[in-house]
Amino acid sequence: MSDNKPQTPATQAGNEARLRAMDYLVRRHYFRWAEALPWLIAIALFFILPNRMTFGGQVLIMIMFALSLDLILGYAGIVTLGHAAFFGIGAYTVALASMLAGWSEPISGLIAGGLVAGLVGAIAGWFILRYRGLTLLMLTIAFAAMLQESGNLRSDITGGYDGLPGLMFDPLFGHFQYDLYGHTNYWYVLGVLAIIFYFVRRITYSPFGQALTGIRENVRRMHAIGSPVHRRLVTVYAISAAIAGIAGGLFTQTNAYVTLTVFDFDSSAKVMVMLILGGTGRLYGPFLGAAVYMILEDYLAKLSPTFWQLGIGLLLVLVVLFARRGLLGLAEDIRGYFGRKARASSTPRRLVWKPEHWKALAISALDGGIIGFVAGFATNMKQAALMLSFVTDLPTRAILFTLGGAVIAAAINAIYLLLTSRTAVEEQAS
Amino acid sequence: MSHFAIIAVSILFDGLAYAMFLFITSVGLSVTMGLMGFVNLAHGAFAMAGGYVVVSLTRSYGIDFVPSLLIAGVVIGLISIRFERRLYRQLYKATDLEQVLLTIGLAFMAIAAFTYFYGPIPKSVPLPDWLQGDVNLGFRSFPSYRAFLIAVGAVLIAVLWYAFEKTNVGAKIRAAVDNRRMAESVGINVDLLFTLTFALGSALAAMGGGLAIQLFGLTPSFAVLYLVLFLIVVAVGGMGSLKGTLLAALAIGIIDTAGKYAFPVAGNLFIYAITAIVLLIKPTGFFGRE
Repeated sequence: MSDNKPQTPATQAGNEARLRAMDYLVRRHYFRWAEALPWLIAIALFFILPNRMTFGGQVLIMIMFALSLDLILGYAGIVTLGHAAFFGIGAYTVALASMLAGWSEPISGLIAGGLVAGLVGAIAGWFILRYRGLTLLMLTIAFAAMLQESGNLRSDITGGYDGLPGLMFDPLFGHFQYDLYGHTNYWYVLGVLAIIFYFVRRITYSPFGQALTGIRENVRRMHAIGSPVHRRLVTVYAISAAIAGIAGGLFTQTNAYVTLTVFDFDSSAKVMVMLILGGTGRLYGPFLGAAVYMILEDYLAKLSPTFWQLGIGLLLVLVVLFARRGLLGLAEDIRGYFGRKARASSTPRRLVWKPEHWKALAISALDGGIIGFVAGFATNMKQAALMLSFVTDLPTRAILFTLGGAVIAAAINAIYLLLTSRTAVEEQAS
Repeated sequence: MSHFAIIAVSILFDGLAYAMFLFITSVGLSVTMGLMGFVNLAHGAFAMAGGYVVVSLTRSYGIDFVPSLLIAGVVIGLISIRFERRLYRQLYKATDLEQVLLTIGLAFMAIAAFTYFYGPIPKSVPLPDWLQGDVNLGFRSFPSYRAFLIAVGAVLIAVLWYAFEKTNVGAKIRAAVDNRRMAESVGINVDLLFTLTFALGSALAAMGGGLAIQLFGLTPSFAVLYLVLFLIVVAVGGMGSLKGTLLAALAIGIIDTAGKYAFPVAGNLFIYAITAIVLLIKPTGFFGRE
């Protein structure tokens, strides 16, 4: 059509933009060399830390579980706090197949686990994916909890919270025996993860994956252009459930043991935290998130479980407030910040102290004072009194703590304000 | 009286006491969720903190149980204002997911902090004499603590109903739950209203936490242990509806008590099944709005 029209600069620019867009769409799903990095690290770790491979296998399983959640949360925008349901179904399918039917061949067992979880996911998804927000959240929680309670009801089959111990599995491909150090298992899990990852990557770059992103961004518009929203959501939910089921199956095969705690609310929350920590909707978020979470947990929880819980809570709050796109998103932001800084380096730097900053400081001091006061009040308990024995008199301690908290909070906020007011100047300048 | 009737009355009585606890603790969550659509998973943490304030006041400072409850409500209500102003306010326009993450993070931090100060061992609370023992209601005697809980619940329901239905502030809250934009455009300060209801809801949760000590014992994990139950009450009753929250609390309290009596092994299966059925049929809950 455009051949007959005279080429104005505007249409030329339009054509160029179209070509660039086409180029982007064609190249977008090409393999980038940086993508090999996590896999190379995973292979290298086998040779660097051969005696930590049992733990390594667990990390890989959690990566797979988080990847399944990324597919529905990061791409389709389905918020669920019950994804452990499918992990558990996969885990129990493999366990019960081995125990009741004597079906101990690992790979076919895994496929069965995935199929059963996927089927249950499709049925459950068909019912619950009409809803969003709190209703959906509650339905996912209730579903996982119902499975757990039903499992407990028939603890004669499931072993209840004591679990099914001592499950035996055949050697892989009839050759490779499971060993005590988890070496065989590590390669097995890594291989399954690679296959699953390839599959998920294909999905996310396909038109189907694009439709999911569209549903996440604007569900009304997707309805308006005639996209079968419900069918697509159920499909991706079933796929995600199947992947979670496979991860659960691997969990059972790795540990040769399974209990009803796989259905725990904690487990659903944990996998969500891992995913958010890494960053959603970017495929490699689960790798970073699950690895960081598991390693931190491994070290800190041994040190002190209380400390670990405080750490994970603080991490979540900080991620939501300052790094909403997870660690990978934060890395991009920092790169962008330094890029901007390099460009804006010629502009003079200036500290700007505005009158409203005094008000902000006063409010911080108030908050810090409250925290200090509460801490002073709470430390009346014996345990903390040992630490703070230099002030035993309650009113003195209350005043001391209140003032201390106020000063510390105001100081932290002052530093924060100075830093941010600086960047504000730079942003105005650039 | 026949054997069956006696069991039925006991279940009703225990269920009612349980329902009152659920109502007192969840009603604030329901109204704040209805107002701002804010998913506050740290609500259980406020209840837990309230419980520990009561424990400290009664055990370390020798204050009576009932005044301690009131002080705990006031203290936690005031502290919650700072949380709302400082943290929650930033996330009103954020997605459900971000709200869930921030508030569950706060709940984890609260659990860790309280474990550090109070330890993981369940705490109990010294009760005054008149709350110990049984109270005789003619045909049967009941534990007086549960009777007290039911009475407190009834009083609070009456007060809340009056405040919600008959006062100016209550009318504003109802208007804002119905249609926030419209309410704002006729000059209602919804932000202030929200802070107010948030503080009130947290205060009630704190009192609920204090009242629960005698029923379940108090550990730091209270913050998440009963959280799902509060959320269920809110979801089943319908966000922002006083009537709905009460009905849901009653239904869940009584059915759960009956279920645990008849089939102890089934645990919470009944609650979850009811929740799923109600939400599948009516996703906005009993009295919720679209």
